[in-house]
Amino acid sequence: MLRGMETTAMHIANGIVDGPVSAVFAVLAVAALAFCVRKARNDLDERLAPMAGLVAAFIFAVQMLNFQVLPGVSGHLLGGTLAVILVGPWVGALCVATVLIVQCLLFADGGLTALGLNITNMALLGTAAGYLLVAGLLRVLPRNARGLAATAFIASVVSVVVASQGFVLEYALGGTTELSLPWVSGTMAGVHVLIGIGEGLIAATTVATVARVRPDLVYALRRFRKQASVEVNA
Amino acid sequence: MNRKLGWFLAGGLLVALLLAGVVSNFASSSPDGLDATAREGCTFNAEGEITGGHCIAQQESAHQLGGSPLADYGGDGFLSKFVAGTTGVLITFGLGAGLFWVTRRRTRTDA
Repeated sequence: MLRGMETTAMHIANGIVDGPVSAVFAVLAVAALAFCVRKARNDLDERLAPMAGLVAAFIFAVQMLNFQVLPGVSGHLLGGTLAVILVGPWVGALCVATVLIVQCLLFADGGLTALGLNITNMALLGTAAGYLLVAGLLRVLPRNARGLAATAFIASVVSVVVASQGFVLEYALGGTTELSLPWVSGTMAGVHVLIGIGEGLIAATTVATVARVRPDLVYALRRFRKQASVEVNA
Repeated sequence: MNRKLGWFLAGGLLVALLLAGVVSNFASSSPDGLDATAREGCTFNAEGEITGGHCIAQQESAHQLGGSPLADYGGDGFLSKFVAGTTGVLITFGLGAGLFWVTRRRTRTDA
């Protein structure tokens, strides 16, 4: 290993998963992101486009804020759930991917070869899991700042654990070392439950704040309002 | 873009700049959940090189762009971290907002 102990690395580095499997996930990530761009077009208007830029910049900032979860172990926000609530699933996935690409190319964080792996886990899997939970929870929880905060919290915890298991899958398919998979899965899940709780608190605070200041800018609220009015008209 | 949205964006960007530029100096420097899991089972010397054991990170190789001036988010210095954090926020905002702006749905007036 050539990396110094003091180096801040937050994402999968080169050489942890082999070349062929990394390449497969890179192709998968490009295809999925292209699909997201197509779907995102319907959502992106003059208001959502700059808002999405802000969401990406905010996720970049908060990812720098590692918080302690265990002695000698920290965690940081991944951002999928936060992005889904504020700008929707398709634009949200693209926001997280933008952050990962900037971090990889400019900050040398997350291997260039591993970029497809990192995008798959955090921008695709984490965001998809966050979206499914947000969509489900907002059917039962109140559509106000408090309900949105609870939704953000629960969805973040699940989304972070799902993203961590994405790594386990990639490691199972192409890991360059042979550690016991149940151990890798259990260790990753355990620590990411704690990280998810931290992420949940940050995401809940953020979305509740935006919902109080500018509820019209919260995608999850806007969409539900639209659906509700459709139901009333029908 | 109306003026009120402009104020919201400016406020949000200011918060992001403060978090990445200033608050980041107080962040934990312990390895994150993934990194800590990847290191478990190996022993390290003072430079962080693996000296023995068996762990996920064993075959890890250096980043292709490790020589980037922004690598490691500016390291430990307050000023270098401030520069790295604020640069990252501005570049991410510029790239994101720019790309989302060109992919946006055109309103009826353009069609």
